[in-house]
Amino acid sequence: MPEYTLRIRRYDPQSGEAPRWDTHTVDLSPVQSVLDAILKIKDDTDGSIGIRCSCQQAICGSCGVRMNGRPGLACNTHLQEAADRAWNSPDEDEGKAVITVEPMGNMPVIRDLIVDMDAVHWKKIQRVTPWLINKQPVPEREYIVPHENMVDVTQPMACIQCGACVSDCLSMEVDPEFIGPAALAKAYRFVGDPRDAQHRERLSDLSDDRHGIYDCTHCFSCIDACPKGVAPMSQIMRLRRIAGSDFDIEDRNNGYRHEHAFVNNIRRNGILHETDLLADSYGGKLKPAAGKEMMSGLPTALKGLSRGKMTPRTALGHPHKASPEVKKLFDTIDGKPKRYELNLYVSGYEDEPTGSESASEGQS
Amino acid sequence: MLIIGAGLAGQRAALAAAEAGASVAIVSKVHPVRSHSVAAAGGINAALNPEDSWESHAFDTVKGSDYLGDQDAIEIMCREAPDELLYLEHIGVTFHRNETGHLGTRAFGGASAARTYYVADITGHAILHVLYEQLMKRSEQIDRYEEWFTTDLLQDDAGHCTGAICRNLRDGALEVFNAKTTILASGGAGQVYEPTTNGLIVTGDGIAQAYRIGAKLMDMEMVQYHPTTLAGNGLLITEGARGEGAWLLNAEGDRFMEKYAPNKFELASRDVVSRAEQTEINEGRGFPDGTVALDITKVPRRRTLEALREIVNIGRDFAGVDITREPIHIRPGMHYIMGGVKTDSDGQTTVPHLYAAGEVACVSVHGGNRLGANSLLDTLVFGRRSGVHAAARALQMPMPSTTASRIADTEKHIAAIMNRPTGGRRIGAIKNELGESMNEYVAVFRDEAGLAKAHKIVRRLKDEATRAAIDDRGSIFNQDVIAAIELGYMLDVAETIVVGALERKECRGAQWRIDYPGRDDEKWLKHIDISMNGADVPLVSFSPVTITRWQPEERTY
Repeated sequence: MPEYTLRIRRYDPQSGEAPRWDTHTVDLSPVQSVLDAILKIKDDTDGSIGIRCSCQQAICGSCGVRMNGRPGLACNTHLQEAADRAWNSPDEDEGKAVITVEPMGNMPVIRDLIVDMDAVHWKKIQRVTPWLINKQPVPEREYIVPHENMVDVTQPMACIQCGACVSDCLSMEVDPEFIGPAALAKAYRFVGDPRDAQHRERLSDLSDDRHGIYDCTHCFSCIDACPKGVAPMSQIMRLRRIAGSDFDIEDRNNGYRHEHAFVNNIRRNGILHETDLLADSYGGKLKPAAGKEMMSGLPTALKGLSRGKMTPRTALGHPHKASPEVKKLFDTIDGKPKRYELNLYVSGYEDEPTGSESASEGQS
Repeated sequence: MLIIGAGLAGQRAALAAAEAGASVAIVSKVHPVRSHSVAAAGGINAALNPEDSWESHAFDTVKGSDYLGDQDAIEIMCREAPDELLYLEHIGVTFHRNETGHLGTRAFGGASAARTYYVADITGHAILHVLYEQLMKRSEQIDRYEEWFTTDLLQDDAGHCTGAICRNLRDGALEVFNAKTTILASGGAGQVYEPTTNGLIVTGDGIAQAYRIGAKLMDMEMVQYHPTTLAGNGLLITEGARGEGAWLLNAEGDRFMEKYAPNKFELASRDVVSRAEQTEINEGRGFPDGTVALDITKVPRRRTLEALREIVNIGRDFAGVDITREPIHIRPGMHYIMGGVKTDSDGQTTVPHLYAAGEVACVSVHGGNRLGANSLLDTLVFGRRSGVHAAARALQMPMPSTTASRIADTEKHIAAIMNRPTGGRRIGAIKNELGESMNEYVAVFRDEAGLAKAHKIVRRLKDEATRAAIDDRGSIFNQDVIAAIELGYMLDVAETIVVGALERKECRGAQWRIDYPGRDDEKWLKHIDISMNGADVPLVSFSPVTITRWQPEERTY
C-alpha cells in the first residue's frame, strides 16, 4: 500500500506551548480517507491527537478540518486526492506530497483539530430564529405543500452543521459578527418553507441587520467549502431576491437599492461603471444621502485616480454603452413569467448526461 | 430530570418532559446533531393512509420480529405512529410530498403496504436537526450539556437511580447530576462489531451503565445484519434503494431473492435477505470480494438523484461507483441491536426511577428482527412515552441527594486509567480484535463452537483492557481516557451478546444457530434476560413473550 505523510497541527492549551506540527507516515490505500489515516495514527502511535469524528460517512458533520489549507470533512477526503492537492511543494528529497491537516478557521481552537463551534457557529445559528413558526391554523393532518417546495428546502436541510463554510467565509474574517453562510442557509430553510408564517419578518430582520444578508461579498468560498452541496451563498442570494423582489423590503443598509443600481448600471453601460454605482445605490447623485456617501468615498476615488485605476474620463464620462446583445439578455430575463432558481441539490432529469444541475422553479 | 443521550429518543423525551412541566437536563457526549440517529436514511413507518391500518403495521412488525416482539408494546407503537408522524410534520420536518402535496410514502422491507415516510435518504438527519431546533427554542426549560460524557449511573441505598456522574470533555471536570428520574437514550453498541454501519460513538455506554447497576438486559443475542453494506468499510446503503426498486444479483447475474422470498423478493425482512446473501456467498455464487451486487440502475436515474442522493454520494466517495450507472458490491453488515435494557412500554427499566428509550432499550418491539423504518418510530414513540412518564413521576417526588463519596470513586477510577503504565496493549488493538471476533463468530450464522471461542476471547480482552495503555494525560478533550472507558462498556455489552447467543438454541430472527436448525416455539418462545451476577459474570433468566392477538405462524416472505 502507498505511503502517505501527514503534517498535523497540534495545540494543547495546558502545555503553555505554542502550536506545533507533528509529522506521521501511514500505509493506507489511496481511497481511504484522511480521517482513516488520523485514526490509524491515533490507534497505533499517538492517542492524544484530538479530533471530533463519528459516522465516517459524511453525515454527522463532526470532522470538519482544513486539509492543505482548504476546509472539508476528513472522512470523505481520499488520501490520494489530498496528496494531489497538497499545497506545500512536494518534498524534493523523497518526492512525495505532504498532507497538512489543521483546525478550521474563524473559530477559536480548543485543542489540536477541535474548534469551539459553540462560540461562533452555533451562536450564529441561534441568531436566525432557527425553528418553524407555524402558519395558523395548524392543520389536523399534514400541511398541504407542493412537492417542489419540499425538495427545494431539502438543499439547505442537507446541511450537516460541519462548519466548513464558516471556516473559510471571507466576510466573516473581515466582520466577525457577520451572521454567515451556515446560519443564513438555515434561514432560507424557513423562508423557503410554505409552512412558516413569518417570511417577511425573517427577511426584514436579516436585511436590516448590518451583519445580515447584504454583508455577504459573493466570494463563493462557502460553495467551494460545503461537502454537502448546500451552496450557502446561493441561499443567501435567494434570500436577497425574495426580500427585494417579492417583499419589496428596502433595508436600511441600502443593500436592495445597491443591487438594483448594479443591475441598472450594467443594463445602461454594458459593463460596470463604478462611479455611478455608489450614487445610484443611494438614489442618484442629487440625493443628500448620496452626496454624503460620495464624500466618504472620495479618498478611495482619489487613490484610484492616483494609481491609474480610474481616469477622469472614466470617472465622469460614460465611455461604454450597452450593446444590443446585453439589451437582449436583459429583455429575455425580464420577459420570463417567473423567476428561475438554480437548485444544485435537486438534480437532473432522467438520462441527462451530467445529472448534476437543473433549474427548478423558484417560489413566488 | 436527567436525560442521557441526545439522539432522536433523548431529544424527543426532553421535549415531551418539558411539555409536561418538568425541568430537564439533557447530556450528550457529542453535540446532539452528531448523534448516530443522524445516519438513519430510509424513513419512518406509520399507518397514516386511510387504506392502511395500524393492525396491519403491527402484524408486519410481529411477523418481522419472528414472534419474539411483545405484542402489547408493538400495538402501542403502531397505534401512536400516525400522531407521532404528524407531530414531526408540524414542527417542520420536510417530509416528501406526493403530486397532491400530501405526505408521500415509499415501500420498505417486510411491510405489506407502502407506509414509510421520508426526506430523500436523509430522514434521520432531517428529523434530528428539526428536533434540535425545538430544543433551541425551549432552551429555558431544557438545559443542554453538550459534550459531557457519562461515566456512571448513581443509585441510592434503596436501589433507586438518582442521576449520573458526567465528565465535561471541555475541561475534564466531573459533576454529579442529581435527578429524580433518569432516562437513558444513548443508543446502541455497533462498535462492538467491526465492520459496522454505526458511528465511532456508538459504544454501548448506556447498556453497560444500566447493566452495571443491576438493570436487566433482554434479547441481547439479537443483532441485526443489514443486507446492504459496502464491502470495504461497512457503510450503509439504505433499504430505501430496494424500496425504490433496486435488485439484488449474485455473481452469475441471478436475482437470487426469488428462491428465498418468492413473494417479496428484495423486500423480505432484513434477517431473511441477509441470510440469503450470505448463503449465496458461502455457496460460491458471490463475487471474489465476498459480496453480491445491488443494482440500483433499475431505479429511474432522476428518481435516484432526487430520493437517494446520499447513497449516490456514498457510492462515489467511498466505493468509486456511480450507482446510477452500475451495480454496487454489498454484503450483510452489522447494523442494529434489537436487544438492550429491558423496559416496559413506558420506558421503565427494572431499576426504579431509571428509564430507557431508543436503541439502548428493549421494549421489545423488534424481537428477533427489526423492520426497516421501525427504529426511528421506536425512538420517537418510546422517547416521548418515557419523557411523559418520567416527568409525571418527577413532579410528585422529592429531590434525591447523592453522597459526595461517589464522585471520589469516579475520580479514582479515572486517575487509575491516567496513571496506567505504558506497555499495555493499545486500546485500538483490543477494540479491533473484539470487533473482528464478533463479526466472525457472532454474525449471520452461529454455532456453539464459534460462540464459545468468542466468549473466551471477550473474557481475555476484558482482562487486557484493564491494562490498556493511554497516551494522553491532559484534561482538555482527553479522548484517550474516554476511549478506555468506552472499551470497558463495549466489552460488557459484547459478553452479554455472546452469552445470550450461546443460550438460545434455535433459529429465530437474527439468531441463526446452524447447530440447532428451525424455530422452536415450545422451548424458546421467550425472552432471555441477562443481569449482573456478582462481580461481572452475566446471569441468565427468562421472561414470557406477550402475545395479544397474533399466534406464532410459519414465517415466509
